[in-house]
Amino acid sequence: MATSSISKTSKIRLTPTMRRTIVGYIFISPFILGFIFWFLIPALASVYLTFQRWNLISPPTFVGFDNIERLFSDPLLGQSLKATILFTAFSVPLNMALGFFLAILINRTFRGIAIFRTLFYIPSIVPAIATALLWAWMFNTEFGLVNILITAFGGPKIPWLQSTTWAIPAFVLLSLWGAGSSMIIFLAGLQGIPDIYYEAAEIDGAGPWAKLRHVTLPVMSPIIFFNLVLGLIGAFQSFTIVYLITSGTGGPENATLFLVLYIYRTAFRNMNMGYAATVSWVLFFILMILSGIVFRYLGRRVYYEHEAE
Amino acid sequence: MSTIDQSANGTQLKWPASKHSSRIYFRRDRVWKWASNIALVIMAFIMVAPFFWLVSSSLKSQIEIFQSPPVWIPERLHFENYTRALTIKPFGLYLVNTLKIVILNVVAVVLSSSFAAYGFARLNFPGRDFWFGIVMATLFLPYAILIVPSFMIFTRLGWVDSIAPLTVPLFFGGGAFNIFLLRQFFRTIPEELSDAARIDGCSEFGIYWRIIMPLSKPALVTVALFTFLNAWNDLLGPIIYLRSPNNFTVAVGLSSFRSTLDVSWDLQLAATTAVTLPIIVLFFFSQRYFIRGIVMTGLKG
Repeated sequence: MATSSISKTSKIRLTPTMRRTIVGYIFISPFILGFIFWFLIPALASVYLTFQRWNLISPPTFVGFDNIERLFSDPLLGQSLKATILFTAFSVPLNMALGFFLAILINRTFRGIAIFRTLFYIPSIVPAIATALLWAWMFNTEFGLVNILITAFGGPKIPWLQSTTWAIPAFVLLSLWGAGSSMIIFLAGLQGIPDIYYEAAEIDGAGPWAKLRHVTLPVMSPIIFFNLVLGLIGAFQSFTIVYLITSGTGGPENATLFLVLYIYRTAFRNMNMGYAATVSWVLFFILMILSGIVFRYLGRRVYYEHEAE
Repeated sequence: MSTIDQSANGTQLKWPASKHSSRIYFRRDRVWKWASNIALVIMAFIMVAPFFWLVSSSLKSQIEIFQSPPVWIPERLHFENYTRALTIKPFGLYLVNTLKIVILNVVAVVLSSSFAAYGFARLNFPGRDFWFGIVMATLFLPYAILIVPSFMIFTRLGWVDSIAPLTVPLFFGGGAFNIFLLRQFFRTIPEELSDAARIDGCSEFGIYWRIIMPLSKPALVTVALFTFLNAWNDLLGPIIYLRSPNNFTVAVGLSSFRSTLDVSWDLQLAATTAVTLPIIVLFFFSQRYFIRGIVMTGLKG
């Protein structure tokens, strides 16, 4: 298909630049079309919906700034933001630290290392639905493995998923089980560090700790940065696990009503598409501000090995 | 093993000044090595324990599952939990529905994202960097803002309650992350290969299809595996767009287990094990490519 259009255009004697431009745009055209259809148009539709009331059944009606005003007097939105921010604030740094730690542990060569790599990575490819069912059972107050271990060391039985205090820590713990996905990206980065750097550091008398501090961390900073930004965006949009474990309620008492779950509930349970779109914009702006802060304060400290081409 | 390392180090060290200090570092290195070995084993136990608990619980009887102190290995393995769990709902049908979506997604993403990535990685034309900037911007934009308006658009198109909303969009670009990953990989392939083909009269499309694609298998497998996992694990898409039970995917079928109280724990866990197993098997077969794919693309800017 693409070949025929190329040969057709070349008959009309194009300059090489024009030819290259046409060929280039043919290659990226699926992306451009996708961007327009599934990104730009929905984003505009979302702006439109912000000013409408629409329950999917009767046609949308214009309501002016009602949806936006409602944001400021919505206790559920406040609760939802609190839950989401709390979860993100703990899960992202802990996940990255654990992922980095695991990556360093497995960045060695000895027989059997592949087994450890696979073991650490597998939890992060387990279907979310399976992770949810498994951990709902792990956190069972009476019979779950987590409490069995805690009581074995003399601790109390913690009502993980029934208490408003413990529900978020439970989800943070659960998310750590998936640290393998950041581990694998860190591992990729670690393997790209040339041995010469470490040899040079050794000659200067650096021990393992100094090598980590002065070679590994600076060289890895772009990847740490990349993982941090994507981790923030991902954690802020957690949905599947919490939807499954709490059967879509975000319970107990909305303690785990993460933002995307709230958007889903508003749109598809309460049939309020306009307000759901408005809440989506809140999520958008918070993430933009967060990413902006991260880029502003950390982006500059990132060390680039070779300057951008 | 460690003796080999030691002698190899010994022959490499040619600096006379480091003779004294290298002994100290050697001792420190050994402590370090042992500490990390122990950490490795402990972490492996922590990561695997939930799996062990899952499989063991899934094979317990109703009574054993609620016993305290806990039963670690059931007296008799209750494999019938599996057959019972998987017949509560028509999981055969759900599996077929899921595979349809998964296969279409993998084909769409591999073809579409590599096509666009070729344009971004190997061709030079005005506006390329602008559009690549857009690719990167969409990577960092939250998908959540699109949930509601996309639903509105797909309702207008009459696509609700079909697999179209879950498959068709992926034929257009196949996702920013995949384009980015493949572009990084394509850039590592020497330009001389393309030039040689151009001299032989090969079109850009031919270079893409006959030279770049075959050389990029590790990266393509990585993208395919990520796509497979995403589609297999996706719940938000199917619960929004698939309405009639005949179209449900495995994930949707299982999700109702948590909310219906009549499905007991042993059966929930048996079903959980059953959806996890194919993924783990698939991973074992593709991990050689997969890890190489990620390592080679490097994911650096």
